[in-house]
Amino acid sequence: MRTIDQTTREVLTLASTHFKVPADSLAPDDDFFKKLDINSLQALELLSRLENHFGIELPDYEVQGVSDFRTLASRIQSRL
Amino acid sequence: MLDLAKYQSIGAALKDALGQFAGEICLIEADREREKERLRYREFQDRADPWARALQEAGFNANDRAAMIMTNQSKWLISAYAIFYCGGVLVPLDYKLTPEEQWQLLKHSSASVLVTEYPIWRQLTASPSRASATNLKTILVTEAPPRADLSGARRWEEFSSSGEPAFIPRQRKDVATIVYSSGTGGRPKGCMMTHENYLEQCVALTSIYPFAPGVRYLSILPTNHAIDFMVGFFGPFICGAAVVHLRTLRPEYVREAFPKYKITYVSLVPLVLKNLQKGLQARFDALPSAKRKLFNALVAVNKALTKSRPRLALSRRLLKQVHQAFGGELRAIIVGGAFTEPQTLQFFYDLGIPVANGYGLTEAGTAVTVNDLKPFRADTVGKPLPGMDVRILSPAADGVGEVSVRSKTVMSGYLNESELTAETIVNGWLMTGDLGRFDSTGHLQLFGRKKNMIVTEEGKNIYPEDVEAAFESLPVKESCIFAANYVWPQRTMVGEQLLLVLHLEQGQTLTDELRRDISARNNRLLNYKRVHGLVLFTEDFPRTASLKIKRNILAGRLAQQDRAAAILPL
Repeated sequence: MRTIDQTTREVLTLASTHFKVPADSLAPDDDFFKKLDINSLQALELLSRLENHFGIELPDYEVQGVSDFRTLASRIQSRL
Repeated sequence: MLDLAKYQSIGAALKDALGQFAGEICLIEADREREKERLRYREFQDRADPWARALQEAGFNANDRAAMIMTNQSKWLISAYAIFYCGGVLVPLDYKLTPEEQWQLLKHSSASVLVTEYPIWRQLTASPSRASATNLKTILVTEAPPRADLSGARRWEEFSSSGEPAFIPRQRKDVATIVYSSGTGGRPKGCMMTHENYLEQCVALTSIYPFAPGVRYLSILPTNHAIDFMVGFFGPFICGAAVVHLRTLRPEYVREAFPKYKITYVSLVPLVLKNLQKGLQARFDALPSAKRKLFNALVAVNKALTKSRPRLALSRRLLKQVHQAFGGELRAIIVGGAFTEPQTLQFFYDLGIPVANGYGLTEAGTAVTVNDLKPFRADTVGKPLPGMDVRILSPAADGVGEVSVRSKTVMSGYLNESELTAETIVNGWLMTGDLGRFDSTGHLQLFGRKKNMIVTEEGKNIYPEDVEAAFESLPVKESCIFAANYVWPQRTMVGEQLLLVLHLEQGQTLTDELRRDISARNNRLLNYKRVHGLVLFTEDFPRTASLKIKRNILAGRLAQQDRAAAILPL
């Protein structure tokens, strides 16, 4: 079982790979819309990548209003 | 299609439609690759009637208000049908608002019934604002897990009573819905839409884009939005067509839905349409050189042959693979909610996929103008729909002035806001606050806004006053928010941004600490509500006797600064 810190790190790594930004430029409390300069559709693409990686289904409502990596990671963690 | 001229209300028309099209498919609901539900009109009625009866037994009467906060799904339409059947007023709210904003609108609308989903209800109950909506009597929650704490709500699925519900007739001028066009922060703008508004709009729209049994509409825009309510519920239902709902709106599942359900129409906001364009363009660019040349030649042929009007059958043969990706039966993409750039519209039209763009606002009953494709004009928002009087007020030398509308589709007014209603509807004409002109062929072209607001590419109307609360206690002398184009008009409908105007205390400077404070507050706002820049102003804001900011005067003073130099990045 992953710890929340591991999950958060994996979320950051996947986001940096998917949007081609340096991994060390992202921090757990960053607002991913702002930091990655992405819109709501691109955020949905990231969710699909995360679902595949973690082997879970994240209903759309679970991520409604979430905009920072830490909260996103905690929503994923609760479904692992 | 039913002859809507004979009907007095949405409820009466829908009731007859369910009987007339009993054997046709009306709803398909899918979650990812799984189809959850497929209902015929007869089955829809079997679901709705016991629910309507239970609603009446719970004390819901004619003209009572029922709010709905749900993502698009069968239960949205079943509940809405039952509410209209009981003579109620539907208050469809945006599920993307924060719980505090939702409570504010629940209170403002005086809804006595709330229909919502369990995850949304969980968030609503966690909010301290719950105590404010004292009028709420019945709360119905869908898909609650077994043994979940419902905090006073009842399960939607168990809300049922045997026996025929009594149909409650309404008149054309009665209010059918209260649709909030904006104003969650300061002054909620609840547009009171009448039954006549919807009946007339439906006749006008279906005269250009007809629905019929066998037509399948993919409902992606939220149904609380005026467009989807019309083309994803009322329009298809009174014509016996089917509506497809996806519970997961990830791009890959939306893409799969087109061929899987042979979609005929879909409505999108410009942001999604542009994203679709980007994806297709990337695929075209990745073709090997020879194939790309052949493809470009076929697009050129299609473009030449569809110059005067769309020829769907021909385009589907010429550009078979593109059309197959969309299921092969797509007739048009309806785009709305915000302005769409002409090059995006042209891109799809050249592929033989007409985009039904237009211009509208909730206050006018959705669409005012629509591109009738005869011929397609990407540079305009089309011609007025039948029944719409549209005129340009106080046109400048180039013909550009404020667009105003008179029609049976115009709302009856803003709920509890008679002063605002009187400012907005003058002598029967709706003042849209948008700037435009007609060209020589009667097509409307838009050139920015007269009003202090922005519309995002996601179709969200944002009024600066609604965002100001987030910056209220900033340690500065005073602050306010403006739409950049209101201060410095740009004659454009795209790339609109909000600016935070700061008047610092004497001797105060814009320190890093203050910037961090502003950024932190900004980040707490939903991403589409955030400000994009700062403007410093060194005088006291002009104010009325009641200390309200005189925004037009302040905007005039700000405009004396050079735009590029005045806006500081956040």
